[in-house]
Amino acid sequence: MNRQSLKIAALAAALALTAGCGKKTPETLPPEPPQQGQTDGGLGTDPGAGNVGGAVIPGSRADFLRSVPSDRVFFSTDSYSLDAEDRATLDAQVAWLQRNPGVLVTIEGHADERGTREYNLALGDRRANAAKNYLQSRGIAASRLNVVSWGKERPVALGSDEGAWAQNRRAVTVVPQ
Amino acid sequence: MRVSTYLKTAAASLLLLGTSAFAQETQPPADPAAEQGGLEVDVVGGISAPMPIAIPHMPTPAFANTAAGNTEMLGRQIAEIVTADLRNSGLFRPMDTSALPRVSYPQVTAPDFGFWGGSGAQALVQGFVQANGNGTLTVGCYLYDVLAQTELARQGFVVQPAQWRRAAHKCADAVYARLTGEGPYFDSRIVYVSETGPKNRRTKRLAIMDQDGANHRFLTNGQNVVLTPRFAPNQQTIVYMSYVNDQPRVYVYELGSGQQRLLVNQPYMTFAPRFSPDGRWVLFSMSVNGNTDLYRVSASGGAPQRLTNAPGIDTGGSYSPDGQQIVFESDRGGSQQLYVMNADGSGQRRISFGGGQYATPVWSPRGDNIAFTRIGGGGFRIGVISPAGGGEKILTEAWQDEGPTWAPNGRVIMFFRTAQGSGKADLWSVDLTGVNERRIPTPLDGSDPAWSPLLP
Repeated sequence: MNRQSLKIAALAAALALTAGCGKKTPETLPPEPPQQGQTDGGLGTDPGAGNVGGAVIPGSRADFLRSVPSDRVFFSTDSYSLDAEDRATLDAQVAWLQRNPGVLVTIEGHADERGTREYNLALGDRRANAAKNYLQSRGIAASRLNVVSWGKERPVALGSDEGAWAQNRRAVTVVPQ
Repeated sequence: MRVSTYLKTAAASLLLLGTSAFAQETQPPADPAAEQGGLEVDVVGGISAPMPIAIPHMPTPAFANTAAGNTEMLGRQIAEIVTADLRNSGLFRPMDTSALPRVSYPQVTAPDFGFWGGSGAQALVQGFVQANGNGTLTVGCYLYDVLAQTELARQGFVVQPAQWRRAAHKCADAVYARLTGEGPYFDSRIVYVSETGPKNRRTKRLAIMDQDGANHRFLTNGQNVVLTPRFAPNQQTIVYMSYVNDQPRVYVYELGSGQQRLLVNQPYMTFAPRFSPDGRWVLFSMSVNGNTDLYRVSASGGAPQRLTNAPGIDTGGSYSPDGQQIVFESDRGGSQQLYVMNADGSGQRRISFGGGQYATPVWSPRGDNIAFTRIGGGGFRIGVISPAGGGEKILTEAWQDEGPTWAPNGRVIMFFRTAQGSGKADLWSVDLTGVNERRIPTPLDGSDPAWSPLLP
């Protein structure tokens, strides 16, 4: 039994339990607001995703990651400006997005750990928007470009040194699986 | 909880008190002359000589089993909670409670000053625990000046058994307030973010606990990253930020029902929420196309009103206790600094001018200080500054201290400290002297603490 069918079985069991009860059992924790599908925060950019039977599906995340030099651009401390290398990275993403006009992407902005939490949320938003604005200036419709800031909540490099921080100050273009 | 005006006969006081309310009133001292007495603790000057104080186990007039345990056991536990509160303030040196002699019920109002005068204690806290016929508990709390052999304060609390710890905190508050001249703060709660898991994918849950770490419980299940909770003045509502559906937005959480609702329905990130002192407004930040400004919205929702419009990041707003002013951080001048403005957004002016950056300003509930995080020199430190901008003082020294929140009396600050490398965070408190720094125990790691107002 694979993981998906396990989930379904568990759900079916939960439904059966609910149907069998006249009263709803109080939960330990209150329910959170309703949930839709979650993205993976740009961390699980699994190259195998979208790869079915060895063939990469055009327009998939795997296709994107195979086609562009990088899915992310990097920033200096407390900066959100793009340099020539960043623009070249984004230009390659533009070309791919133009070849796949039906794909909507999310640009995630991130900060390193050496900032206060709320400021870093704002800084991540700046960085995501810097990348978005560039893609938009190259002809990608804003309606295809969702932005989200993760502040310092989702580092990719785990050290507390400049090398790690440089990797964490980033804007990542995330294509759906 | 009510204050009893006459505690020598607890049963008599019950007739006056009723049973269900949990409200406190300050009582005039039994002996007005005692108000002028010499027994005082200096809060601001430091803790070079914490006051020796004795808090013996509290007797019961009649052994009885209650929903919270028997009255003898409660009398021991309450004395130990009072002891811990006073010790943790840094201003008192409580004697080892288990080594103190047993106090009889009649002695509660007639202390053996002959003994206590030779014990080394300058102050004495005695009390009793009584189970009432209707299921409630009465806790009596008496403070004596040992050398002057006078009563300084007395209070009584009628509580439901489930709230017995609050009676202990109220007793400690009465002692602290009488001996320091400062406001009470022990009967209060902390909402914070409980953290666990690897550094690149921390699970973050809202959690709430008493000020001393007791009665801990989780409010959210960790499915979504949650950040920066803050209490409403009524202590029953919490505003915070959550990544529901990967969309970072401000939510309101009702402690009573457990219900959560989106506060502002906009297609942009909303964050850094704080209530106004009257509870009618929520101040928050919103990032629109990379530009972050301060807004306010009715606590019940509706259309937000924009308060700042500078290019750059304006965030971390906090109301003055009278609600007339707002302190916030902005990088409009090139780096994060502190600014004060009127509550309508007018009259914006910078108040911090030191090197490095200043962030996360929080106005003291007393109004006399603004706590902040100062970044520079390789560290993040907690400090305070006057609302006019002078008198800056740095209170902590560490790799990364961040996010101060004030105790209800404006004399103690809680914050979180993140370790270099592991990124693990935990909660700490420090008093305004900067000397009494201590870690606040939590079941897992902790960050983003917010201290409640004093409970009613």
